[in-house]
Amino acid sequence: MNNYFQKSQLYQLTRAHFMELIREPGVLFWGIVFPILMSLGLGVAFTQKTDVVRKVAVIENTKGDKSFSNLDSLFSFRAQKVNTPSPDSFSYSITLPDEQLGNTTFLFRKTNWDEAMLMLKRGKINLILEENNGKTEYHFDPLNPDAQLSYIKLSGVLENKEIQPVKSRPVIKALTLTGTRYIDFLVPGLIAMGVMMSCMWGISYGIIERRSKKLLRRMVATPMKKSYFLLSLIAVRFLMNFIESGLLLLFAWMVFGINIQGNLMALIAIFMAGNFAFAGIAIFASSYTANTEVGNGLINVVVMPMMVLSGVFFSYHNFPDWAITWIQKLPLTMLADGVRSIFNEGAGFAEMYLPVAILTTVGLIFFSLGLKFFRWH
Amino acid sequence: MIHPVIEVRNVHKSFKSVHAVKGISLKIDSGTFVALLGPNGAGKTTLVEMIEGIQKPDEGEILILGKTWKDHEHELRRMIGLSLQETRFIDKLRVTETLSLFASFFGIGTERVEEITHLVGLEEKKRAFVVNLSGGQRQRLALGISLLNRPKVLLLDEPTTGLDPNARREIWDILLKLKQQSGTSMILTTHYMEEAEQLCDYIIIIDKGEILKEGTIDQMLSTEDGEKYIEFTLNNPPKSLPSVTELKTTIEWNQAENKGKFSITHIDGYLPLFFNYLEKNGLHLKDLEIRRPTLDDLFTKLTGRHLDE
Repeated sequence: MNNYFQKSQLYQLTRAHFMELIREPGVLFWGIVFPILMSLGLGVAFTQKTDVVRKVAVIENTKGDKSFSNLDSLFSFRAQKVNTPSPDSFSYSITLPDEQLGNTTFLFRKTNWDEAMLMLKRGKINLILEENNGKTEYHFDPLNPDAQLSYIKLSGVLENKEIQPVKSRPVIKALTLTGTRYIDFLVPGLIAMGVMMSCMWGISYGIIERRSKKLLRRMVATPMKKSYFLLSLIAVRFLMNFIESGLLLLFAWMVFGINIQGNLMALIAIFMAGNFAFAGIAIFASSYTANTEVGNGLINVVVMPMMVLSGVFFSYHNFPDWAITWIQKLPLTMLADGVRSIFNEGAGFAEMYLPVAILTTVGLIFFSLGLKFFRWH
Repeated sequence: MIHPVIEVRNVHKSFKSVHAVKGISLKIDSGTFVALLGPNGAGKTTLVEMIEGIQKPDEGEILILGKTWKDHEHELRRMIGLSLQETRFIDKLRVTETLSLFASFFGIGTERVEEITHLVGLEEKKRAFVVNLSGGQRQRLALGISLLNRPKVLLLDEPTTGLDPNARREIWDILLKLKQQSGTSMILTTHYMEEAEQLCDYIIIIDKGEILKEGTIDQMLSTEDGEKYIEFTLNNPPKSLPSVTELKTTIEWNQAENKGKFSITHIDGYLPLFFNYLEKNGLHLKDLEIRRPTLDDLFTKLTGRHLDE
């Protein structure tokens, strides 16, 4: 039996590829530890309710206007002097307490226009206040939603229309249910991205590197079955992807209490289909070149647009409507949306059969195209 | 009918504007070790890769044991062993694992892997990762892989290029042992004439895609007029040597190495003339060597260049 395995091409090829992988510490870090750290970092950053600090520049009145302005009253009565201001720091602060939405602290710095503009350009502040003929003017980029929010909140305070600190507003109901938090959105995206990255870098780069080292050429100069070579490379990736995703999931369940609301078998089906689609694309991308730098470029051409568009970290619904139609057709979007709907919406096979079929077809098409152009020498 | 082990008939191969192999024909009999000797870029690798079935000739035919690559690829792959000019195996795979991987392609088990490890002297390194092997050890591994299937035909493309003399000698020893033991035929490409002389029965000198001369080492180097080469160094080397009319030959003078070289046909007649010439010009001999021609001399005579240029 032992000798049977020893002589089996498929066993030896799979074993060799697997050993090569697990003996490289970098592979384990980037494949397993890094996604977990990313989910931890992003998960904590977006789920913890923390105080928001908003920094504002105030243009000092140099015209000698002695009238008691809004801003003066603000600094005299509402604002507190910051105890230990460093030369560069903001010297006044106002804190708006809010139990439900988190406290907001405004920090003010009195300065002149030149310096205020410089701070704005450097992203230190996004709002500038100025007193003009007794009226407070707000200078900010109206397209910047963060600046808009600063304006809305601060103008409320200055015009005494601020909603007085309310312990709890009956109209705001915080969504803390599993499946509605940012981490619930993120983890399925990270799983989908992991599959794409692992297939593209693992399979594509693996093939191109072996070709450039002339190892591929040496291997096909034996009676090795070419299909076994590709099959073993893909099988090892599938196995690694299962392990990587499994560990990420385990971590997210233990730390954030994420759970799979839908059908587990449907999840496995879409996961496999996604693996297959990206394995096919990887074979296609690596079918010809023997140059690792060209390979780098080819892989990035596939990976980068989907990283940005497919809604791994943030929803793609903020893109224009015409774009969304196209984005939803990308393999990574299909995989991420599919995994997400099983995790968070309780989806099952009924919702999955179409994406599974499409992803499998994508895999088949690219796989056969790749084989057609595949250069073994 | 007994086929030659390898038969190449009028083979041509071009790459874009380079005509790499220009109508080469050759026959190799069973058990013969043949050297394809030529400088870099002579077309040796292209020729040998066409014999290996890795490249296809544009024109002509290649038969191995009477079989073509087109119709018998799988069968031929089982029969030949080869090592390419440069192959980097999987870095983080151990020596034994690499041998086992390639053994599995031929359906060969552990015993042969052990045998090969012993044959190429890598027992002590069998658990080492390929990436940690020295250049010589890597070449011995590549040679071991090429011998796994007890090939009838062994094709080695520059197996010792870039190795130090010791490592080269180790590869030679393995091949000499193989030559004594089995009926394997071998083609080896090289630009080291010593390698061709030491290992091979038959030598084919090739340059610019063509065969310049072929034969056994004795056939190649024996000349009817008994030509010999004289090399000498001087105690008082001049910048350039005064001309020699009485010797009816030209002396090749290398000032940097303080070395002169010329060929003569009759030692007893010419040598006194040479001494006279030295005395007349006030040159004092430091060292003198009379030797028979080498393959490099032959190559220089045919092309005006040296093999290692």
